[in-house]
Amino acid sequence: MEYTILILLLPFLSFLVLGLAGMYMKSKVAGIIGTISLATVACLSYYTAFSYFTGARNAEGVYPTITAWNFNWLPFSSNLSIDFGFMIDPISVMMLVVISTVSLMVHIYSFGYMHGEKGFQRYYAFLSLFTMSMLGLVVATNIFQMYIFWELVGVSSYLLIGFYYTKDAAIAASKKAFIVTRFADLGFLIGILIYGYYAGTFSFTPQVNALINAGFLIPLALGLMFIGGAGKSAMFPLHIWLPDAMEGPTPVSALIHAATMVVAGVYLVARMFPLYVGYAPDVLHWIAYIAAFTAFYAASVACVQSDIKRVLAFSTISQIGFMMVALGVCTSINPHEGGLGYMASMFHLFTHAMFKALLFLGAGCIIHAVHTNEMSGMGGLRKHMPITHITFLIGCLAIAGIWPFSGFFSKDEILTACFEFSPVMGYIMTAIAGMTAFYMFRLYYGIFWGTPYNKKPNYNPNVHPHECSLSMTIPLMVLAGITCVAGFIPFGHLVSSNGEAYTIHLDTTVMITSLCVAITSILIATWMYAGDKQPVAAMLAKQFKGLHKAAYNRFYLDEIWIFITKKIIFRCISTPIAWFDRHVIDQFFNFTAWGTNAAGEEIRGMQSGNVQQYCMWFLAGSLILTLILIL
Amino acid sequence: MNILSLFVIVPVLMLAGLWASRNLTQVKTTMVAGASILLALSVYLTIEYINLREAGAQGDMLFTSSIPWFEPLNICYSVGVDGISVVMLLLSSVIVFTGIFASWKLQPLTKEYFMWFTLLSTGVYGFFISTDLFTMFMFYEVALIPMYLLIGVWGSGKKEYAAMKLTLMLMGGSAFLLVGILGIFYGAGGETMNLLEIAHKSIPAEIQHIFFPLVFLGFGVLGALFPFHTWSPDGHASAPTAVSMLHAGVLMKLGGYGCFRVAIYLLPEGAAMWGDLFLILTTISVVYGAFSAVVQTDLKYINAYSSVSHCGLVLFAILMLTRTSCTGAIIQMLSHGLMTALFFALIGMIYGRTHTRDIRNLRGLMKIMPFLAVGYIIAGFANLGLPGFSGFVAEMTIFVGSFEVNDTFHRVCTIIATTSIVITAVYILRVVGKIMYGVPTNEEHLKLTDATWDEKVAVIFLIVCVAGIGTAPWWISDLISNSVAPIISSLK
Repeated sequence: MEYTILILLLPFLSFLVLGLAGMYMKSKVAGIIGTISLATVACLSYYTAFSYFTGARNAEGVYPTITAWNFNWLPFSSNLSIDFGFMIDPISVMMLVVISTVSLMVHIYSFGYMHGEKGFQRYYAFLSLFTMSMLGLVVATNIFQMYIFWELVGVSSYLLIGFYYTKDAAIAASKKAFIVTRFADLGFLIGILIYGYYAGTFSFTPQVNALINAGFLIPLALGLMFIGGAGKSAMFPLHIWLPDAMEGPTPVSALIHAATMVVAGVYLVARMFPLYVGYAPDVLHWIAYIAAFTAFYAASVACVQSDIKRVLAFSTISQIGFMMVALGVCTSINPHEGGLGYMASMFHLFTHAMFKALLFLGAGCIIHAVHTNEMSGMGGLRKHMPITHITFLIGCLAIAGIWPFSGFFSKDEILTACFEFSPVMGYIMTAIAGMTAFYMFRLYYGIFWGTPYNKKPNYNPNVHPHECSLSMTIPLMVLAGITCVAGFIPFGHLVSSNGEAYTIHLDTTVMITSLCVAITSILIATWMYAGDKQPVAAMLAKQFKGLHKAAYNRFYLDEIWIFITKKIIFRCISTPIAWFDRHVIDQFFNFTAWGTNAAGEEIRGMQSGNVQQYCMWFLAGSLILTLILIL
Repeated sequence: MNILSLFVIVPVLMLAGLWASRNLTQVKTTMVAGASILLALSVYLTIEYINLREAGAQGDMLFTSSIPWFEPLNICYSVGVDGISVVMLLLSSVIVFTGIFASWKLQPLTKEYFMWFTLLSTGVYGFFISTDLFTMFMFYEVALIPMYLLIGVWGSGKKEYAAMKLTLMLMGGSAFLLVGILGIFYGAGGETMNLLEIAHKSIPAEIQHIFFPLVFLGFGVLGALFPFHTWSPDGHASAPTAVSMLHAGVLMKLGGYGCFRVAIYLLPEGAAMWGDLFLILTTISVVYGAFSAVVQTDLKYINAYSSVSHCGLVLFAILMLTRTSCTGAIIQMLSHGLMTALFFALIGMIYGRTHTRDIRNLRGLMKIMPFLAVGYIIAGFANLGLPGFSGFVAEMTIFVGSFEVNDTFHRVCTIIATTSIVITAVYILRVVGKIMYGVPTNEEHLKLTDATWDEKVAVIFLIVCVAGIGTAPWWISDLISNSVAPIISSLK
């Protein structure tokens, strides 16, 4: 299995080559280098997945966890050290496939999308860096290796969001993304420190005794780690960076902010799942509540956004909420007794990565064609961009949960798991699924139907929408193909909470309820948005003006960011400290210096060279001394 | 002859060479040749040291030798190195080497400037090889004095004030230090100044209680311990580029090194008594420095406060008194030395072109000088502890090591100190966003050029070092950890 090192090494080398020598290359050459190295990685990942899943299960009927290679990178003490390794188990293999597929699609797509862009080489270098970090994250053999790549993923995201570094909005967004996730990572780090100390190891499978002895500290550590996961996976209220991250190039949004990096938090919880279930069930339930709220909040905001990338961003947040909920509602490691959510979450992660990447890349095509992100510049595009239209529709149907598209199967599993946990949770999540169908079709109609773009008030006569080049449409078709068939993968046989093969049974009641809700939502969206005029939508917006405005402004949560950085950190802490430093501490030392100087000035008169004066001092001194001696 | 003595002899020969130089070319040749020899020497020493240890060499220090030079007080010129000093020597050579390239175009009085510069490095090298307390102190002073002239003559801004302040505060520290050293000497029986021998004697606890704070403060002033750090922002802001590099890169490390080697090693009882108080001060340093850096507008001030924060972390880790944390402290010294030098070098280069260090007047440097801008961003990433750079290795070792101390007080301090990683990200990204990105606003700046070859040498060399340690940290961690172990085990 030593060949697996190439999976990490190839993108890293391509990053180094493109980063150091990219500027001396033609942009096409740079793109080809990046794409070829990634295609190789994808082939290796598929080979790994194929040979792993067709390989034998062990005696307990479980796919074995294989450590392909592992070495000691940084020793701390006799028992703690950071190792670097490559772990192969069902979820890491699944993630390898997801990441390399989406990344390869994005590499190919970017040829068209970024064509003629300044910094094309730099773009591919960063893509390679990101892919390397993300792959390293999922194959980590221990929590610290995961943290290392976690940070690297964060920095690649920072670099890619800020790709258009002359745009103020991009600069601010990249900074915000990095600092918010870094803040969350602080929780992750402290969690790792506690875990490392009490479990006595950074590996994912610690000694049971150590965990029991640690008492409440292990749940605490796991809770803190979840904060890190919540930051990356945009859980409320740490989600504020993700919508702004849409300032990056659209393929980047597809890769990082929809399919791979943002699910790192879900992956983290899944990776530590036995510990969460075994030692911190309460934490897991809190994860479910937070995630459910996030899903609802994001869905409600997505209903009113006008920037298509923002709609997709909020839908991503909402869908990640679904995955987290699925993990959170697990009550046992056995899939037949409350462990179904684990499989459902991983399944949804897989299908979501494909259809959300598809939607984002489709959005990229549209933006490429009409040169704006705003829905006010779109409408009636179905005639001009047939391939984009069809593939986008497939993506929308999948995310809405319509049979036979992949989203239907994974979402249904999640809903079943929720109903098993509690009916309330089940109904809430079904309702949110309905909202998903609604806002996605609002988006779909707004782009491809509705008032044609050239009849809108702010019509730009220079815009002539047309279908994009093949390099952009091929990835769309591939991803749409996967979206159509992925639901029929016997996922439970490959990934399940305790590793045993598990056959998915669709719960008919749940299935019918969710289908009905989804179809009703789509019909409502059709009624409201498909026509040339949209009186209902306008009326509703007018009727609930305050609510509409609040949702449009994301319930003013972004103000929190400004408040914390500008007001608290900048104004209330740093400015007083800096003032204190200059005016109190520094002045104290200046005062000491001045005091010494002044005292010197005062007593220099004594050294006058005047003998009579010296005599007087001498006599006075003697007199005082005599007096002291006598008394 | 002892190989270690070469670290003093070569700079002295360089001084003689500079004295005899007739023109600028000769001056620069002497400097580059000397610095290259020192660099090669320190690399050779590192390899030789590792080989000897692997071959099973025993003893706390290797390459030891001792020549008495003042019999009545038993003062000797004694030298010897362990893994810690080897690493520090390596750091010093790298900084001196790159510092020369960073002051390549310095005017006027180039020859005199380099003479003081060399004298300063003599003191630094001498300090790290000495095992005799008095000799150590002497070299310490040799390293401090040239700073006054280097800032006062070749500096900028309020240079006289800054030079005076820096020198007086550091001298104040060394006054404490001298008293402390004499206390140790007499406390240990007044027979030897050699710290390896003193370490095996027992100094009475009450004497340790009195002298520990003096020694720790004495070195701590140089290590920018709150509230004795205020010389650092002014000093750095006024100093010429290479002096800032040498000062933040190496001279501040003298403080951390001294605290560990003298205060903790020789006065463990004192450390046990005063440790908590100083730990609070260092924790304040870490957070306070980071927060102060957030609002600064002068690039050098930002870096100076960032140094307060990072050097605070060094002293913080030393006071945790575990093997892992102290290893982390030494790696942090190395790492901070390299990346601060990189930062100051880049700031100097930017200042040399734009004639401003005010972040409000700089914008869009990425468009104008991409090499320097990329270098600055890399330095920033290293500073905020990104994996792949040395800062991450150091910080993680420190945090894991500090967490080994199992009581609430130390835990709370550790958690407070970890918050600095977020604040660091805030001030680094603020600067990068403000000055590197965006569209250039100043028409004048558009005409400026990117780095020249000598500048590229300095920048690339430092980046390679920082990234090298960051990607392959195990050997340096082993080297240091094995040398820290006997010191920590002697405390218990």
